[in-house]
Amino acid sequence: MYRVQTRTKASQIAGLLALGLVIVGIILPAFASRTMIQDLFFILSMLTLAQFWNLLAGYGGLVSVGQQAFVGLGAYAMFGGVILLGWDPVPALILSGLVAVVIAVPTAFFTFRLQGAYFAIGTWVVAEVVRLSLATWKTLGGGTGTSLPRTASDFWGTAQVAALFDVRAAAARDIVTYWLALTLAVATIGGIYALLRSRRGLALAALRDNFDAAKSVGVDATRMKWLVFLVAAFGTGIAGGLIYLQKSRISPDAAFSVTDWTAYVIFIVVIGGIGTIEGPIIGVLVFWLLQSTLADFGSWYLMILGGLGIVVMLFAPRGLWGFVSDRTGVQLFPIRRRLIVTKGE
Amino acid sequence: MIWLDTIVQGILLGGLYALFAAGLSLVFGIMRLVNLAHGDLIVMGAYLILTIVSVLGINPFLAALIAMPIMFALGWLLQRVVLNRVLGPDILPPLLVTFGLSIVLQNALLEGFSADSQRIGAGLLETASWNLGPVTVGIMPVLTFASAILVIVGLNQLFYRTSLGRAFRATSDDPVTASLMGIKPAGVFAMATGIAMIVVTIAALYLGMRANFDPTIGPARLIYAFEAVIIGGLGSLWGTLAGGIIIGVAQTLGAAVSPEWQILAGHVAFLVVLLIKPRGLFPRAYD
Repeated sequence: MYRVQTRTKASQIAGLLALGLVIVGIILPAFASRTMIQDLFFILSMLTLAQFWNLLAGYGGLVSVGQQAFVGLGAYAMFGGVILLGWDPVPALILSGLVAVVIAVPTAFFTFRLQGAYFAIGTWVVAEVVRLSLATWKTLGGGTGTSLPRTASDFWGTAQVAALFDVRAAAARDIVTYWLALTLAVATIGGIYALLRSRRGLALAALRDNFDAAKSVGVDATRMKWLVFLVAAFGTGIAGGLIYLQKSRISPDAAFSVTDWTAYVIFIVVIGGIGTIEGPIIGVLVFWLLQSTLADFGSWYLMILGGLGIVVMLFAPRGLWGFVSDRTGVQLFPIRRRLIVTKGE
Repeated sequence: MIWLDTIVQGILLGGLYALFAAGLSLVFGIMRLVNLAHGDLIVMGAYLILTIVSVLGINPFLAALIAMPIMFALGWLLQRVVLNRVLGPDILPPLLVTFGLSIVLQNALLEGFSADSQRIGAGLLETASWNLGPVTVGIMPVLTFASAILVIVGLNQLFYRTSLGRAFRATSDDPVTASLMGIKPAGVFAMATGIAMIVVTIAALYLGMRANFDPTIGPARLIYAFEAVIIGGLGSLWGTLAGGIIIGVAQTLGAAVSPEWQILAGHVAFLVVLLIKPRGLFPRAYD
């Protein structure tokens, strides 16, 4: 008798630990300082972006340098929902995801015509087109940008949180956005993990490991590319909306910044370990540590980050987590299906 | 007559974009490597020329001649030490390494030269122009365009008339068989990147003399170069010139409508070509 299993002892422990961490994360605002909540918001939102870029590049083979298009679109869609439609910012985050997907369809149509490295720059061109087009839209602030209207600053939940924790409105806004970021990050990791363990995930891994062999046994490569690209656009869009809900001020240059929303994200994934779920989690912690120690050095910080990315790619292409995992065999989010032969019969 | 003038200026601007693109096209053609730091290397070249001009107090064209061997050596080393290690069937390592290099270069230039915009002074040449009846053309744009044509003729001669060119073509077609014939691909690739950096120096000279530049403008130049290569079709240098001209004309026409439209119009032209002819106008390579 035999059965197929992906679960390992390490993954069971990791699952319990993750559950504990999430519970701590939920009750944290009751005793954490406001700075800590803001730091955690930053870590969680970057983690979400990194997981989606990792899904694209690490699993889908789509190395995009244009994900800032969806961050910016998501952010502008949320602002549009608030300013043009008069929505509350929190439900407007759904618009962020939807608008990103709607624009991702023509983007994929164009950029999927380009192969490999040219796809990367193609996505960048699309991001530039979206940025320049939005900069001409005067109602949303044009090239100089705009702020969320005052009426939108008391969005869903802030009044209750302010009363619950007895804090000012500004701190309550931070707590609500932090909870949203926590929800989004957990849903992202859970969703991607579920996707990778499903039949589609098997198809993705097969395509990544041997493209021709996978196609020859009937894996629809084009469909998988579309699926991954649209899912990543949706999630990146919502994350973009959430990030700019927290910032509450937007401009095209900031919302479509290739450094903030793509370069950082790529370094997080590469340093942590591309093609694993654990990688971006480690990467974002390293990134946050580097940023909090080196932020005062301005351009030196970015030079070190870029240099570190190059060194990792040259000498440990599977990143920090790959380095650990190769030596210990530990996988916290295993997706490999193993054959377990059981006794009997 | 204003439209004729706009189009002529656009064609001449296309020469500059073809210069940006020629180095990218050369490296891609030989080793299938897309260098995301290409734009930043051009900007670095401009700063190198600027430094030589201000230290030695010489003419920028002379300074570019001095910069060429330096840039060649840098390109050769970059390929030998870094890029040769990441070439292979997986496109991710070269992309990420050159992306990292782009960030490092931009910030190193920012640290070394500050964010102030600079210009390589070219004296009277900056404003001199020819009156050709209906249109007036600047000497500088004409020189840029002529240089682009010279570079393309030169590169084609190198490819099809020299033994190095033969080695380039052989390695491009099949590195394994080429190495059986006594060609060392690693050395050929290093030479190719070195030569690409000489073209980058020429592009940098005109970039710096024609307009202000600062450390952050590299990525935009990379995008124009890339668009010119794709519009022209992979593997064709004359196609790249045509691609540069299409981007240039689209940009000047866009700017004539509204300044906000200048860059956008170039990108839109690129997307339209991608829609109609996904493999470019004059494709030669199959990749």
